[in-house]
Amino acid sequence: MPGATTAWPIFLGYIPLGLAFGVIARNAGLEPWQIGLMSILVFGGSAQFIAISMLSGGASLASIIITTFAVNLRHLLMSSSLSVYLDKVNRKWLSLFAYGITDETFAVNLINFRKGSWTFGRALTLNHVSNFSWIASTVIGGYAGEFIPEGAFGIDYALIAMFIGLLAMQMKGRKYVLTALFAGILAVIFEMLLPGNLNVIFVSMLSATGAMLVLKKIRQVKNSERA
Amino acid sequence: MSVPEYLLLLLGMGLVTYIPRLVPLVALAGRRLPEWLVEWLDLIPVAILAALLFPLLVISKDGESISLFRPELLAAVPTVIIALKMKSLSVTVIAGMLIFWAIGFLF
Repeated sequence: MPGATTAWPIFLGYIPLGLAFGVIARNAGLEPWQIGLMSILVFGGSAQFIAISMLSGGASLASIIITTFAVNLRHLLMSSSLSVYLDKVNRKWLSLFAYGITDETFAVNLINFRKGSWTFGRALTLNHVSNFSWIASTVIGGYAGEFIPEGAFGIDYALIAMFIGLLAMQMKGRKYVLTALFAGILAVIFEMLLPGNLNVIFVSMLSATGAMLVLKKIRQVKNSERA
Repeated sequence: MSVPEYLLLLLGMGLVTYIPRLVPLVALAGRRLPEWLVEWLDLIPVAILAALLFPLLVISKDGESISLFRPELLAAVPTVIIALKMKSLSVTVIAGMLIFWAIGFLF
């Protein structure tokens, strides 16, 4: 069972996040079955946390779905990288595998595929073991939510801390820092001037484009200095 | 939100999550996206996370005032350091929660 044993850091890692999600979702008014169903149908930590914070802010269905789409666009890239190793697998199995692609399962599967010691079966097992951990811990968190008073253990901060953690892990170069600063500052300005829940998508696209243009400019200047 | 509305939301969220996971696997095996698009898509998650995070740190819950002395921002400083040092999402979340909780007693 190398697929299952390799999944243990993900399995364990999803437990506190899943519990925190369940508690927050319960405090936002969702029933445990609604929490479980969201975890089954969506299976995406950041998207689910964002959906809950938008739901409690009274956002519209469309804006939550569009934001979910924008947040999960990154899976296009992950799925593209994984496809290199899966060209001999048939579509039925691929459709089952695709369901379990998250930031974490992607990272572990890709590293193992690159090492050459990995098979499709193991990757699929890893995805579904991780999926099980997420679904179970969010539902358990949902039941526990009733007994945890508001604000206890800093649970209100779980979402912010998760965003900080995800963001910090992606600061792997100047371009990411630049994009994050653009987006963060623009988002604050927009939020103060004209609050609206499409701001996030608009600001993100604007900052990614802006950062790309700035980086291109820097490269051009460097090249002309060299010439 | 009513139950049918919620189910509709989940269906929509599920579809827009599943499609980007599946389509490249089936359609793109071997092929390559244009370079600029890869670069752009690569920056989007960071942008989304920052756009979500920064306002939560400096703007009050009612959206009326902006301050650099909110407990959310004060707790963020050590949380960022822990995130960068530990490189673990679960450690960061737990540490962040406890720090914020502790700061709550000071305010």
